[in-house]
Amino acid sequence: MQKLVDNLIASGAFGAHPPRDIIYAIAIFVFSLIVFLGIAFPFAGVVSWVERRVWARMQSRCGPNRVGPNGFLQWLADGLKHVCKEDLIPAESDETLFKMAPYLVILAFTLPWAVMPFSSDLILADLNVGILYMTSVTALTVVGVLMAGWASNDKWSLIGGIRSAAQIVSYEIPAGLSIFPVVLMTGTLSMQGIIKAQGWAPWTWFVFANPFTFIAANVLYISALAEGNRTPFDLPEAESELVAGFATEYSGMRYLFFFAAEWGNLFIIGAIITTLFLGGWQVPAVSSNPVVMNVLQLICFNVKVLFLVFVSMWVRGTLPRVRIDQLMSLCWKYLVPISFVDMVGTAVWMAIWPEGNWIAPWILMALFSAVIIVFLGRVLHYFRRSRMELYLSPTI
Amino acid sequence: MVAQAIFYLLALLTVGSSAVVAFSRNIVHSTFALLGAFMGVVGIYVLLAADFVAMVQLLVYVGGILVLTIFAVMLTQGIADVTISNRAVARAPALVISAVAAAVMIFAVFKTPWHQGAKVMVGPTTYGIGNAFLDTYALPFELASIVLLAALIGAVVISRPIDRRAQEQ
Repeated sequence: MQKLVDNLIASGAFGAHPPRDIIYAIAIFVFSLIVFLGIAFPFAGVVSWVERRVWARMQSRCGPNRVGPNGFLQWLADGLKHVCKEDLIPAESDETLFKMAPYLVILAFTLPWAVMPFSSDLILADLNVGILYMTSVTALTVVGVLMAGWASNDKWSLIGGIRSAAQIVSYEIPAGLSIFPVVLMTGTLSMQGIIKAQGWAPWTWFVFANPFTFIAANVLYISALAEGNRTPFDLPEAESELVAGFATEYSGMRYLFFFAAEWGNLFIIGAIITTLFLGGWQVPAVSSNPVVMNVLQLICFNVKVLFLVFVSMWVRGTLPRVRIDQLMSLCWKYLVPISFVDMVGTAVWMAIWPEGNWIAPWILMALFSAVIIVFLGRVLHYFRRSRMELYLSPTI
Repeated sequence: MVAQAIFYLLALLTVGSSAVVAFSRNIVHSTFALLGAFMGVVGIYVLLAADFVAMVQLLVYVGGILVLTIFAVMLTQGIADVTISNRAVARAPALVISAVAAAVMIFAVFKTPWHQGAKVMVGPTTYGIGNAFLDTYALPFELASIVLLAALIGAVVISRPIDRRAQEQ
């Protein structure tokens, strides 16, 4: 986006002696607003409807299908409902911190969008510490959640907040370590730099580059789900035990902020994995027109991210919740050692084959395809035994 | 001009939050106000074009140290009571010590010949920092990691439940 502003200044759109820093400051505000209000928050809303529909189908229900076509406008109705609700602040709560907590959570959700690489030109700021920025600003969520848990002055909230913080702090470590193999291979932390080091074809993606990156991609996805408080790691808001966890005392818009951030974080999780391991926006060079290319790249990036978002809904509809001790032992006894092995293994792999090994991607892709084929075989088996019309008509 | 305005806003955020940390009667408020102090410092690092240092400050101080501090404060019993922080004792010695410390710091600030670069260097710093750690400053870097390892082992030893049977033998 800086290029666009530079071009505008160079073309004389702001006069002969433009006040550069003021133009940049305004540009930052305008572009940020476009991304936050035009992409981030509507995505969080739409995904809440999609998720309810997907679960409903997995549990043989209909889901919200009344507001608008197929219930598509359900998220707007929910938003309006929450805006109209009374903003309740418990008398015994710590009012300042209680009011501040949702803002911190929503801040931690909006900040990563600054380095979101939608296409080769559509990125707010291609920081050269992009991926580090993305992982470190999401750490702000913990502070917001702890603040909400403590300020509510309620045992459910406090337990939920502590659980959430313990979980996020623990799973940050395998998530951070799983990023290193890719950083080692590319020698850059910039989002665009990492994407440019990959190609459009699956065998040039980092997920298939060597066995260690393949495992790292999976570890990163599991850890990101845990950091986003998603099932099977949604202990902080376990409804059956903690009412609504750290958000128990919140109502109206403040409650909505927590859940908008949670649903919106799904896009951020998908974008991190897509950028690091799935080739980001890379598409074959089919046209020399930059606009056409950017639109294709935007579609490609979003398809990959939305697929990962769908997988997380799928996981949420399939797996039961883990216990807190299982959660901790999964992180510290399995994921952390595995991600250390990934890091060292990638370094050794790079020392043996500095130019990359051409046969490993094909073997890994063959294994992955075999898993997919077996899975599809199972799905077809159940399709044949069930009522097809129920599953294949998504608009009931 | 905009950069200067941002600098003063960040300085205000840092100093203001630090004041809340020091003067708040509620220790939980003090702990949460640390967030503002750390974030202000992150912003100042960004203004100084120290991108890597800013991100590490965010990752280590906000994501790690602040969260651990909040944990420690929140899990301590009766922490919200004002009586926990003892405000009435040793006012005179505290005043003397802070006055001396402030005098030393102000003296140092005015005596140091501050090096002013002709032009601000804006560019990626990560590569240079990485090379410096593994090349020129390899020994201090390794020493720091040994210190951290010792701290880790110490924490494990302290927090381990005491084995009674081993003690009896």
